[in-house]
Amino acid sequence: MAELTLPANSKPVTGKTWKAAAGAKNIRNFRIYRWDPDTGANPRIDTYEVDLDTCGPMILDAIIKIKNEIDSTLTFRRSCREGVCGSCAMNIDGTNTLACTKFIAEVKGDVKIYPLPHMPVVKDLVPDLTHIFAQYETIEPWLKSDTPPQTRERLQTPEERAKLDGLWECILCFSCSTSCPSYWWNGDRYLGPAILLQAYRFIADSRDEATGERLDALEDPFRLYRCHTIMNCTKTCPKGLNPAKAIGEIKKLMVERR
Amino acid sequence: MAGRDENALRSHLGRARGLGSAHEGLHHWWAQRLTALALIPLSLWFVASVVCMAGADYAAVSQWLSQPFTVGALSLTILAVFYHAVLGLQVVIEDYIHGKALKLVLLVGLQFAGFGLAAAAIVSLLVIAFAG
Repeated sequence: MAELTLPANSKPVTGKTWKAAAGAKNIRNFRIYRWDPDTGANPRIDTYEVDLDTCGPMILDAIIKIKNEIDSTLTFRRSCREGVCGSCAMNIDGTNTLACTKFIAEVKGDVKIYPLPHMPVVKDLVPDLTHIFAQYETIEPWLKSDTPPQTRERLQTPEERAKLDGLWECILCFSCSTSCPSYWWNGDRYLGPAILLQAYRFIADSRDEATGERLDALEDPFRLYRCHTIMNCTKTCPKGLNPAKAIGEIKKLMVERR
Repeated sequence: MAGRDENALRSHLGRARGLGSAHEGLHHWWAQRLTALALIPLSLWFVASVVCMAGADYAAVSQWLSQPFTVGALSLTILAVFYHAVLGLQVVIEDYIHGKALKLVLLVGLQFAGFGLAAAAIVSLLVIAFAG
């Protein structure tokens, strides 16, 4: 059944407040979800007072500052700090996005940070992505060809190559899938926008020879047709991509081949 | 989510693949859109006809209901309405009901109720048209 409230042991409680050093003038409160699997306690929302005069402009700068200078136990994923690795996706100010490309100045008032919604939490802001990566594996995200390997590149016209624009840029941060109610309620079977966009990336590739096989594997009431085109995915995508359109294109191809 | 006991030691890829693709879903999706499209003119016609007959007496309405065009168009409207409703409610049940037994009962009940009500409506229409 759809879960509209959190289980009792997942309800966040008010946590500690970490005061800024005396003399800090430009303070912003960061209210961050904390959960430690080793204590068995409920999650808590800690408040960190961050002096923005000594902090970089991005949300990621602030949480790295918190980890370095205020509370080293704060746990989160990050790597590239420039929006190409997809590690630091989290729910910031109510929207799934990348901490590294979101300006602190874009958020009004306290900055609320939670892990990606409706995923199992490993610790603090780190969601368990095991199942979604297994789903990624099921769509076989590699070029498939029965034509014997050539001695040179597999050629594409500029027009054929252009069909991959808006698809190849996806960095698998899963902001979209975790913003999708269909994925929340039926994520065990529904592939979700991120994986379906990746599936379409190979369907749309003129060099791939497994288009029919890929469509066969997707034609399923749950894998594909749980998408009801509510567009949360497109609205939240930190890379400005349009997973809803990619899903629509898959559905169009399903009609076209009947 | 499936019970922990059932899948505890199954690999993640095995879980994600599950029972494989059902190779259906397109027909449902297509039928839902076709019935939606058909219902635009049909429901406009139906509402306009009923509005035009506001205040008409029993004889006038049953005479209208006996015209061949009315019988045909109204039958199509009834079929499209109930088919579309069954398809739409099926999606709602699949989205939100996760208990296997309850889901099956609701899905079967929905089909029976939908087609039963459509049959009742069409039979009533025919009775008025030919025996009324």
